[in-house]
Amino acid sequence: MSIYLPIAELPVNIFLIFGLGIAVGFISGMFGVGGGFLMTPMLILIGIPPSVAVASVPSHMAASSLTGTLSYWRKKLVDSGLGLVLLSGGMLGTAAGVWIFSLLRRLGQLDLIINLSYIVLLSIIGTLMIVESIRALWRSMHGQAPVLRRPGTHSWFHGLPLKFRFRQSRIYVSAIPVTAIGFGVGLLGALMGIGGGFLLVPALIYLMRVPTAVSVGTSLFLTLFTMLAATVLHAVENRSVDVVLSLSLMIGGVIGAQSGARAGQAIKAEQLRFLLGILVIAVAARVGVDLLTKPLELFSVIPTEAG
Amino acid sequence: MFARRAKAGIAIALLTAPLFVQIAHAERLVTSLSTHRVLISSNFTGTSLVLFASIEESEAPRDKPKKYDIAITVRGPAATFVTRKKDRVLGLWVNYESRSYPNVPSYLAVLTNRPAAEFGPLELQTKYKLGLSFAAFSPSIVADEDFRNALVRVKKAEGLFYEETNAVTFLTPTLFRATLPIPATAPIGPYEVDVQVFFNGVLAAQQITAIEVVKTGFEAYVAHSARENRLDYGLGVAFLAVVVGTLAGLVFRRN
Repeated sequence: MSIYLPIAELPVNIFLIFGLGIAVGFISGMFGVGGGFLMTPMLILIGIPPSVAVASVPSHMAASSLTGTLSYWRKKLVDSGLGLVLLSGGMLGTAAGVWIFSLLRRLGQLDLIINLSYIVLLSIIGTLMIVESIRALWRSMHGQAPVLRRPGTHSWFHGLPLKFRFRQSRIYVSAIPVTAIGFGVGLLGALMGIGGGFLLVPALIYLMRVPTAVSVGTSLFLTLFTMLAATVLHAVENRSVDVVLSLSLMIGGVIGAQSGARAGQAIKAEQLRFLLGILVIAVAARVGVDLLTKPLELFSVIPTEAG
Repeated sequence: MFARRAKAGIAIALLTAPLFVQIAHAERLVTSLSTHRVLISSNFTGTSLVLFASIEESEAPRDKPKKYDIAITVRGPAATFVTRKKDRVLGLWVNYESRSYPNVPSYLAVLTNRPAAEFGPLELQTKYKLGLSFAAFSPSIVADEDFRNALVRVKKAEGLFYEETNAVTFLTPTLFRATLPIPATAPIGPYEVDVQVFFNGVLAAQQITAIEVVKTGFEAYVAHSARENRLDYGLGVAFLAVVVGTLAGLVFRRN
């Protein structure tokens, strides 16, 4: 059964869109990521214009992450205080990202910037996560206690002012690095059509020493707000949000996100970090292969807005 | 004196003008399209239009009927297209060179009864823009054949450029039929159907008909809102996400 997308101006198979929504929603709920870094390229692959894909995916992420947030919230695995401080930076970052996005679209190098950012970020983070989680799994196999959280060890940013105690996360840190993390995640989220959760979760786990499950829950909480803002900003700035595509993705997404959240809460933290690391590397590899191998068709044809 | 001469000149011009037309077009073309408006609604997956046309000869039919050649060109709304070529830069395949082509039809279908190259000399093809590559570009654009060919090739692969050389069916020597495809991805806007009739390598008759591809109902409403009420539209989609997310949260809690 196909349905016509009024903004993308082409028909798509509705079951394919539901299926994508469910699959990516599951990953979203499990790892606390928006899933846009998987969804956006897949939509482009099935023929949705990139500008419509990037602008419509945030609403799917908002719906999935809201469902996921509710699930983690009930288990008290969302640190709303930490989330709100991250959010203040995230909002500014999102606005900057949407602005840069429309600027890059005019310059025509959007593809390259997105691809290179993907590869560099994903490979670094994925590798670090895999190495760390394998060490943690190794230690737990040999009966040692996990040492992720070393009491008394402090990074430079622990000396900064404006310190807050974030109860659920069991940390006491300055709001400045937290806001900066929020800004960076918001910026990349809007720019690359991704929730930024795959950056936020590792940042919270490794930089802020937040427990893995709380990182996932708080990341979903933050993703909800940044993606709502990204949806509105994309609609105003780029006019390419397709509500029919959005709704179809959302319905699949919330179903997947519920199951994903349960799966994520059921497995061990080290295993979760390991799986997320693998996922992140796989995405980087895919984009990298595209960039390094000679494409079958060297030419691409794009209508310009001046028309 | 001068005024009278001018008047006489006009009179001669008026008398001779219809005559020239008569010579240029010994035949008259009457066409009929199954519809002039293609309506896009939520279940649109492409459609096709049926064209019937009759060639009316001014002279009495001879024993041996004339063998006409037909070219039907469907042009979608014109736009400027940028063709980009990927090249290897520091080991990465990135968009490198590009060419911009103004006034290219966003949809183009060329249907003929036989390859246009067989209609007559090459000048005929360039003059009357027969075939995809002649119909796609303004005559002034000549350089960079690689980029031009790539544009035609990519648009063909997308199904937005279409060419068929045995798509015109003659029911009688002067009555013919053709099916014009309008694909699901057809751009929205005004189209024109240009029917040209050739005889012995000379244009014998021509008729241009306008058609329109438009969104209707819900699709038109959504497109209009996204364009005109951007903020409300954005807030609406965001609200929808909140509703769907909350509902799912409530439904799954009971399970």
